[in-house]
Amino acid sequence: MSTRSVVPFGPQHPVLPEPIHLDLVLEDEKVVEAVPSIGFIHRGLESLVGKKDFNDYTYIAERICGICSFMHGMSYCEAVEHIMNIEIPERAKYLRTIWCELSRLHSHLLWLGLLADGFGFESLFMQSWRLRENILDMVEASTGGRLISSVNKIGGQLKDVPNDMIRGFVAKLKDMEKDIREMTDTFLNDYTVNSRLRGVGILTKQQALDLGAVGPFMRASGIALDTRKRGYAAYSNIELEPITSDIGDCYARTYVRIQEIFQSIDIIRQAAEKIPDGEVAVPVKGFPSGEYFMRVEQPRGEAIYYVKANGTKFLDRFRVRTPTFANLPGMLETLKGCQLADVPMMILTIDPCISCTER
Amino acid sequence: MNIFSFAKTELKNLFSTPATRAYPLEPRNYPERTRGHVVIDINTCVLCGMCSRKCPADAIKVDRAAGTWSIERFGCVQCGNCVVSCPKKCLSMGQAYTEPDAQKRTDTFTKPADQMKPPVAPAAKPAAAAAAKPQKPAESAAPAAEEKKNA
Ligand code: SF4
Ligand code: SF4
Repeated sequence: MSTRSVVPFGPQHPVLPEPIHLDLVLEDEKVVEAVPSIGFIHRGLESLVGKKDFNDYTYIAERICGICSFMHGMSYCEAVEHIMNIEIPERAKYLRTIWCELSRLHSHLLWLGLLADGFGFESLFMQSWRLRENILDMVEASTGGRLISSVNKIGGQLKDVPNDMIRGFVAKLKDMEKDIREMTDTFLNDYTVNSRLRGVGILTKQQALDLGAVGPFMRASGIALDTRKRGYAAYSNIELEPITSDIGDCYARTYVRIQEIFQSIDIIRQAAEKIPDGEVAVPVKGFPSGEYFMRVEQPRGEAIYYVKANGTKFLDRFRVRTPTFANLPGMLETLKGCQLADVPMMILTIDPCISCTER
Repeated sequence: MNIFSFAKTELKNLFSTPATRAYPLEPRNYPERTRGHVVIDINTCVLCGMCSRKCPADAIKVDRAAGTWSIERFGCVQCGNCVVSCPKKCLSMGQAYTEPDAQKRTDTFTKPADQMKPPVAPAAKPAAAAAAKPQKPAESAAPAAEEKKNA
């Protein structure tokens, strides 16, 4: 007869990069239930729309999250641009695409490192962060910030990137591809890594649909949905196919993210080939009035932004549904029946970002 | 299973230079666009206060009466909005980040006294305009204030 016990997990925990708290109900070593609680780092960023001019709010939207910073700022701008019927220059759209994919690259490399750290493979963690540093250098060289880019503005971009710099990025990424493949092959083929990931935390396709999972977590369960296919920024001119796997375990999620790294490199290459010359911003006059739902594919999955404007310089409402929030029910489902030692893998493979979930 | 799967990486690590830098002994070369800290050319600044209104972090304080422009170094989030919105283009972004410190630091810049407008004039203007709607008395009030100061 097994005894039940409750083990508190987080909000500060050696393998958790993010402050989420779980009460794990255990039967011996087996998890029978997980009760989450979040809300440790609520910052009230959404309510600042009432205090800051809608143009200046772009900088606050960027600070919702330190990893998807560029995408948060861009999505906010695109939402307001839709309300105000602003058509931004083509070049700005391509720049947005390139910066989005650079964000995805460094986010996935960061996540691979955290995953390696999670199962105790320190040198793999360092290798992946070493590679990530090169991406951050590109982001810094083009925007001026390693993570927080501050190049978004309603009506386009604040900075242009010279064409030869973009070509330099493509060449550098091409060189890096070999190193990245060497590193990711370890994730996919190494015996030790496989024994931690394969068959662990399976989420079936039906469960993923029922629980509303998003992003790589959902695609690893065999659902071929990618919000980029909706064609915001310049994605309508880019060829891409959602990367999926049918297995639905931690290994499949790792596989999907690794393939997305190479997909991002390919998208940057395509965008660099197609980017037209010209202006990067159009002047914006007046105040927005109306509402809009903006959906974008962040590294962690689909994020939804709701903007409601009332014709003044302060917005009525700004709301973000982040991918991690959508993935939490799926994660809790995978936790049921797993071993205590696998809990970190389960949490890490949804790539949690609690900071943006709580804003 | 290949026990030599890491041999290549190991050999590479043995013979390559470190990926990290011995900071601060070896200083960092910042890219040209790095937003490290806000630099002000106080001589061109007209103390209009636009930067302070636009700052999302409320890090800038402009005091027209005292002729000072001050920035809370660790409150500033290096967004660059003040640089974009300054009408006189007297702000710019320096590359190096603010050095770590145990205390919060506020840097204050004072406009040289000889560049300041006569302190009475800005105070007198709104008062005069409020007191008398017609343009004439307001105009005559300003020289009067000027005279008073010279006297
Ligand atoms: S916006 Fe420019 S001119 Fe106006 S107070 Fe700030 S620094 Fe000075
Ligand atoms: S860079 Fe941004 S945060 Fe810093 S003082 Fe300027 S507006 Fe404020």
